[in-house]
Amino acid sequence: MPLLTQPIPDESDYSLVASLDNVRNLSTILKAIHFREHATCFATKNGIKVTVENAKCVQANAFIQAGIFQEFTVQEESVTFRINLTVLLDCLSIFGSSPTPGTLTALRMCYQGYGYPLMLFLEEGGVVTVCKINTQEPEETLDFDFCSTNVINKIILQSEGLREAFSELDMTSEVLQITMSPDKPYFRLSTFGNAGSSHLDYPKDSDLMESFQCTQTQVNRYKISLLKPSTKALVLSCKVSIRTDNRGFLSLQYMIRNEDGQICFVEYYCCPDEEVPESES
Amino acid sequence: MKCLVTGGNVKVLGKAVHSLSRIGDELYLEPLEDGLSLRTVNSSRSAYACFLFAPLFFQQYQAATPGQDPLRCKILMKSFLSVFRSLAMLEKTVEKCCISLNGRSSRLVVQLHCKYGVRKTHNLSFQDCESLQAVFDPALCPHVLRAPARVLGEAVLPFPPALAEVTLGIGRGRRVILRSYQEEEADSTVKAMVTEMSIGEEDFQQLQAQEGVAITFCLKEFRVRPPVHTHHPVHSPPCRAQGLTALPLPSQGLLSFAESANLSLSIYFDAPGRPAIFAIEDSLLEGHFVLATLLEPDLHAQDLHSPQLQRPAPPLQAHSTPHLDDFAFDDIDSYMIAMETSVGSEGSRALPSISLSPGLQPHCSPGPCSEEEDDAEPSTVPGTPPPKKFRSLFFGSILAPAHSPQGPSPVLAEDSEGEG
Repeated sequence: MPLLTQPIPDESDYSLVASLDNVRNLSTILKAIHFREHATCFATKNGIKVTVENAKCVQANAFIQAGIFQEFTVQEESVTFRINLTVLLDCLSIFGSSPTPGTLTALRMCYQGYGYPLMLFLEEGGVVTVCKINTQEPEETLDFDFCSTNVINKIILQSEGLREAFSELDMTSEVLQITMSPDKPYFRLSTFGNAGSSHLDYPKDSDLMESFQCTQTQVNRYKISLLKPSTKALVLSCKVSIRTDNRGFLSLQYMIRNEDGQICFVEYYCCPDEEVPESES
Repeated sequence: MKCLVTGGNVKVLGKAVHSLSRIGDELYLEPLEDGLSLRTVNSSRSAYACFLFAPLFFQQYQAATPGQDPLRCKILMKSFLSVFRSLAMLEKTVEKCCISLNGRSSRLVVQLHCKYGVRKTHNLSFQDCESLQAVFDPALCPHVLRAPARVLGEAVLPFPPALAEVTLGIGRGRRVILRSYQEEEADSTVKAMVTEMSIGEEDFQQLQAQEGVAITFCLKEFRVRPPVHTHHPVHSPPCRAQGLTALPLPSQGLLSFAESANLSLSIYFDAPGRPAIFAIEDSLLEGHFVLATLLEPDLHAQDLHSPQLQRPAPPLQAHSTPHLDDFAFDDIDSYMIAMETSVGSEGSRALPSISLSPGLQPHCSPGPCSEEEDDAEPSTVPGTPPPKKFRSLFFGSILAPAHSPQGPSPVLAEDSEGEG
């Protein structure tokens, strides 16, 4: 048992130790932001934030708060490392990704600090798998400076209402245009593809609309290729909050309920594509 | 043009679009006084499909703005299909669907009113087009089969999904036989298995064909891919898996459309090589699929080996193909459906120039015979109906002259592209 002959560091040698009875509570959330290979992880005593970015225009954050874990200790003020998210997800689902009824995979995750690999101990039915994933130099992440005081329009929708819309987006359109307005059409998603244009209108008094706080008409375009990956989070979520600020930046916050009924959040930020041509219908 | 579809009819419309998408890449939408017509033809023009939705099918139907000529248009099948992509969603969320065609905006607008007040508006770009109309007349086909679509649907289920063509014929005891058709040079894996289904006469509501007649047509345009819910164990798992991993685009043939609507399907056919007409009809809609049938050079080899499918020669001789076996086999792609493309009034019934004379085509003959259609004198062939009737619909090179020698019959219209 070479594993046991290795000197096992003392608990206190680890800058991060987290354990979880059901690994799917972590892996599901991470899948919701898995649209790029690499992710940056920040751990503080409040929990872990995992960030994935693309094209300097879109950022996705998954928040797994400390309360989700059965044990969560961070020795330093904050622990940051970059990791191959694909590999991490492969390891987390090493006992299979679809749950067998009645069996849970437990996880213990340890990180000794800068330069050390992330250690995963996964256990299911008495079988333990140990994974070591090399960590990488953390990269600076984008600061979208999305401040709630600058928010112009905000809508909370039941995710059900957006799910079909996002899965059927006309991907021949380069952009997704989002119109939010205190007046008609209130909330509109538009695409301009090869076949023509499509508009999807949600009235503000719709049963899908949990909250409608729009103060001013805003029409912004976002690259559809950047927004499409958020479908992964949308599919898992029960509610979504859609906000735009005074610069037209978009924030999508997805509320995701895990198998134990706990709430986690995944957030997407996206910058607008360009000025909207006046004449566009 | 403006029409409004509500309730379950939205899904019926969606299903019709799905089944049309099995045939062609372009959809011809034409508002007529007697209903909205949706038509398509495949690229090799060997299959044509049309649906006509009666005004009663709609909550509201207006073929044209009063005082104006009705517009017609051609749109990409893909774009129209995308509106009706998910049939489950149509059923679950869409309450009504409004289709309008406006010349001013040159957009075909399809509006779906969904649950929770959500409204989807698709502004589809279209092209003006001529009217697409295959000339065919079921009344001219001597053979008719009619059965509940379910009977035929179950009969084609066991056929492997990869199978291209199937032979339909009347066997001994007036049993209807469906058998996988095999090309001479078909690759050995396909050839390894022949599937044959035999349906008793009693399952048919109408069976007007004598023993021995048979046609071969392309199965994929007629059938539906094996549905996921099928309980049929015949399909091999790989095929099924393939169907599942493919895009969730339920390809609906006419057959499955008829099955879901619980309609009877009529098959009108004539001699091999002549198109077969598959038709459904109820008070609100009618659908016609016209498929080329294979001109089988060696029908006996295919069919007469079988004890069930005896093909007595004399009755066939009485029909319009006196020398069916005389000329060489032609590629199905070389058959084209004659199309009436009238820019003008719908009533224009002139024989379109692209239509070939229904008479015998002497093109098989080497030598001085030109391929001009005027060389073909229908009257020269006994048993050939008068040309007038035959302008209904036909495919090229159906018939050979009496003394046609062996040899590949030429392609009357060049293939636009090899259909693989």
